[in-house]
Amino acid sequence: MEDNVLIELHDIYKIYQMGDEEVRANDGINLKISRGEFVAIVGKSGSGKSTLMNIIGALDVPTSGSYLLGGEDVDTMTDDQLADIRNRMIGFIFQQYNLLPKSNLLENVELPLLYAKVPKDERRERALNSLERVGLADVWRKYPRQLSGGQQQRVSIARALAGDPSLILADEPTGALDSKTSREVLNFLKQLNEEGNTIVMITHDSSIALEAKRVVRIHDGKINFDGDVKDYAAIL
Amino acid sequence: MLQSFKLAIKSIWSNKMRSFLTMLGIIIGVASVIILVSIVNAYMSYMTESFASMGTNQITVNLINLSSRSVSVDEMYEFFDENTDAFDHMTPMVSLSASVKNGNDTMDATSVTGVSEDYLKIKDYELAVGRNIQYADISGRSKVCVIGAYVAKTIFGSEEEALSDTVKINGYAFTVVGVVSQQDDDEDLDDGGTDDFIWIPYTTASKMARNASISNYTFTIREISEASEDKELIEDFLYTKFKNEDLYTVTAMSEMLDSLNSMIAMVSAGLGGIAGISLLVAGVGVMNIMLVSVTERTREIGIRKALGAKRSVIMQQFVIEAAVTSSIGGLIGIGLGSLATNLVGQLAGLEATPTPAAVIVSFSVSVGIGLFFGYMPASKASKLNPIDALRSE
Repeated sequence: MEDNVLIELHDIYKIYQMGDEEVRANDGINLKISRGEFVAIVGKSGSGKSTLMNIIGALDVPTSGSYLLGGEDVDTMTDDQLADIRNRMIGFIFQQYNLLPKSNLLENVELPLLYAKVPKDERRERALNSLERVGLADVWRKYPRQLSGGQQQRVSIARALAGDPSLILADEPTGALDSKTSREVLNFLKQLNEEGNTIVMITHDSSIALEAKRVVRIHDGKINFDGDVKDYAAIL
Repeated sequence: MLQSFKLAIKSIWSNKMRSFLTMLGIIIGVASVIILVSIVNAYMSYMTESFASMGTNQITVNLINLSSRSVSVDEMYEFFDENTDAFDHMTPMVSLSASVKNGNDTMDATSVTGVSEDYLKIKDYELAVGRNIQYADISGRSKVCVIGAYVAKTIFGSEEEALSDTVKINGYAFTVVGVVSQQDDDEDLDDGGTDDFIWIPYTTASKMARNASISNYTFTIREISEASEDKELIEDFLYTKFKNEDLYTVTAMSEMLDSLNSMIAMVSAGLGGIAGISLLVAGVGVMNIMLVSVTERTREIGIRKALGAKRSVIMQQFVIEAAVTSSIGGLIGIGLGSLATNLVGQLAGLEATPTPAAVIVSFSVSVGIGLFFGYMPASKASKLNPIDALRSE
């Protein structure tokens, strides 16, 4: 079981100085996530879940504490090392999709492979395969603005998958979508999880969190619930 | 790297208007450097050429002969004979305002000059036919003349036909003893040009001018590098005769050429410098636009960084974009500058071609400006925090 641990957070503190006041966005977080899990991190705005997502996503380093991602010590990494580990291990799905508007779908999906220095032909093939999985391979020439919100989110999922990451990190993936497309995206995430992908989903919406297998709830920078989704449903 | 170039061109193309305005500064800067430097250079070589054709090895002497104090031709020859290690030729010069008759027409532009037998060598001309003025012609004040190719062709039809015929100068008939080979390369010769002259013995000319003393002399020196020393030699001699510096002027052509050249070089550097400042201003423009571009593309930078772009990759992208922008501007500037140089050259009647040095320097300066002024915005972009960058709208 221990070998299978992907994420290991130990005593994570993230403290911001706002004038004279000290804000403890993450106030001693301990969390282990194994490969193959589907975890929802839920919390109200200001609870510290976004800070936690930034640390898990290697977008930021904690003030103190240790973070091992796939056995690698992330908390002491430099800017460029963080860029490298994000590139190799994490596929991001953002609320605002965050596609490059002036690049076509294929170029967008290729982007992480480009930074991983994958050769051109292989890059193209893998990006097309990835678009195929979300059902958009035949429109790869299109630009993001020509697509609906749901389609754009599928492109961003394809981009997250292209690099074959150990972790898929989804930040409010349904936040900008209507309920029907939200359902599609969630079903797709479930399917990816069944295929063996580790998924961490950040959301403020408990009903979305119920789609995961395990729920971690953050309140005032601390974890105040961590358990199976059935137990979480019971306390709602 | 190639990818960065593609991205740069894509980004320049997608902001056509803005990119063009950014380039405009560079275009104007580069073009003005090229135009100014090339035109000044063309003018400089034109001036140098016309001075050189006057003879850079010549020193001319002008005397103000007073009745009480003067230097005679014999005294000048004495001085020349004593200093043949410095001077190789000398001639008295008597310019005549004479009317030369061609049938019933007067050739107004033809210059008539009284000279010695040395003058042919001083001018470094060759005779086409006949002989030069000789010592005997001078001592005998003979009415003989050596004429230029234009005079020969205009009055007699050809050099050969002119020989032994006579030309009327101020009513006197002068026998043509020699014709100087044509100097101007053009087929059609102009009156008043290089080939429109008549040389007669200076003694004859002096008599015709009713002027006993001769006030102009031309020396040629053996070493152009010693022009100043040789000039001083003449000045010292004249001072012992006149005891007054105001009564004579000694002019060395090479010295004039030197001072002219250094003056033109200064003007060229000055104008180039002013044009260079416009390049610098253009560089600040590039920096300004790149900073705007970085701000506008904060989100894009955030996405790229989140997906694994290292600092150097972002840096490279923006520096290359700035460099490509200013390089394209530089190339357009070179094209426009070259066109304008040729145009201005044609209008001014100069042979103006863009100076390679100006082209190379202004192009490398414009690329350098792109790199230099692109660096700061690029560095700013590369250090953006991906979280903040993603959050920006």
